[in-house]
Amino acid sequence: MAQERTIIAPLPFPETAPYWEAAAQGKLLLKHCTACGAYHFYPRALCPFCFSDNTEWHEAAGTGTIYSFSVTRRAEVPYAIAYVTLPEGPTMMSNIVDCDLDAIRIGQRVRLVFKPAENGQPVPMFTLA
Amino acid sequence: MAYIAGIYEHPTRKADGKSLALLHAEVAKGAIEDAGLSKDDVDAYFCAGDVAGWDARGTGPFSIIDYLGLKLRYLDSTESWGSSYLVHVAHAAEAIAAGKCRVALITLAGRPRAEGFSTGTAVATDGLSAPEAQFELPYAPTVVNTYAMCAMRHMHEYGTTSEQLAWIKVAASHHAQHNPHAMLRDVVTVEEVLNSPLIADPLHRLDCCVISDGGGALIVTGPEIAKSLKHPPVKVIGAGYAPKHQMGGRIDLTYSGARWSGPQAFAEAGVAPADIQYASIYDSFTITVLITLEDLGFCEKGKGGAFVADGNLISGVGKLPFNTDGGGLCNNHPSNRGGMTKIIEAVRQLRGGAHPKVQVANCGLALVHGTGGALGTRHGSATLILERE
Repeated sequence: MAQERTIIAPLPFPETAPYWEAAAQGKLLLKHCTACGAYHFYPRALCPFCFSDNTEWHEAAGTGTIYSFSVTRRAEVPYAIAYVTLPEGPTMMSNIVDCDLDAIRIGQRVRLVFKPAENGQPVPMFTLA
Repeated sequence: MAYIAGIYEHPTRKADGKSLALLHAEVAKGAIEDAGLSKDDVDAYFCAGDVAGWDARGTGPFSIIDYLGLKLRYLDSTESWGSSYLVHVAHAAEAIAAGKCRVALITLAGRPRAEGFSTGTAVATDGLSAPEAQFELPYAPTVVNTYAMCAMRHMHEYGTTSEQLAWIKVAASHHAQHNPHAMLRDVVTVEEVLNSPLIADPLHRLDCCVISDGGGALIVTGPEIAKSLKHPPVKVIGAGYAPKHQMGGRIDLTYSGARWSGPQAFAEAGVAPADIQYASIYDSFTITVLITLEDLGFCEKGKGGAFVADGNLISGVGKLPFNTDGGGLCNNHPSNRGGMTKIIEAVRQLRGGAHPKVQVANCGLALVHGTGGALGTRHGSATLILERE
């Protein structure tokens, strides 16, 4: 079931531009801290755990599991918002798309897809694996 | 320590004919008169960031103190969304104890119904410059679906059911039938909650609070003044505050900041959850109440569903009477901020001034909890413990 929902365009910051440039090439980037070794989300220049400025972009595996979700029924086009836990560690907000909304369950494995925002910018989302 | 000496809840639920500033003035006047004081006695004012409307930006507090004609030596506009007013009580108590002021006025007013804010299912697009916005707004988070994800996870981990959540609304409706100002006065059943339309799984329409206009105000003062006034003194004996956020992606939706604010307040008050006779718990949604009760220690984590079931929150029926005015689920939720009316109903209970059908016998110790912001993303949890002297 396709979801033809209008997706609000993200407004990148100077330091988050690489995330959105990579998304345009079909890649999900995560920030990894070389000082404490942790991944975090959403990406910052300074690690939110140890405050080191030695953070670098790593490409994510592109898989995950559904931590939680909710199907918004009272919308022009019903859609599923979710928190997806990545194998790298962090849990990120996303949408579960291109599937039967009634088939979504917590714990299901998902894989990365991209959907264009209203300005054409590809936005990382997930579909059932 | 300080005392809540004046309370006032605006009777309106739809303020088509009144401005936001006028609502602030009416609730201020009401609370000052309830305390038996005059406007000239007020030397401190507390309000949240929305006081003059969001478009007034940072200068709203100045606009409203100008409008009210207040001559102050203390001003605090701490913003913590719906829990702001609990924080204001705590800050007022500290300022009074430090000798910075003597009589503090706190106001809340709002007219979201009159302004046509009719749904919690709209994506908020007024925070585009916030650092998380670019990583969240494309996914269309709404008030309802972010709380719904908390409910979904709680159900997954602990087996909580929609029937159990529905009992929270049922209890609120039993109380609201006695409140002539409540927006929703009909008693509802568990089945009626479950049969109301799904807004965002697993939350039904009747799991959601009302959207209303109105407001409220408080007077906080020190012991000398409070004990000279006509009402039984209601003392602030404990306060706690804690924001909770996404923790860099280490997200856990099964608990709230109440896990941290509650113990602070209980420790300061020197009491335990079992001592509390009445609780005002912020009820933006039924799940908000369930998670908060667990976090505050009224029951074990994960056992909230069993705790709220079978009328345990109904005054005169259950062990923990809550929101005896009908709460946000049935009474009102002015400006989409429920903290103020939670404090007001707790003070009514401690004064013995709640509706006789819901008044807790000899109520001497009450808890108030506010959850400002969104449970599923970022919020500020505030807890107050109040005692009748």
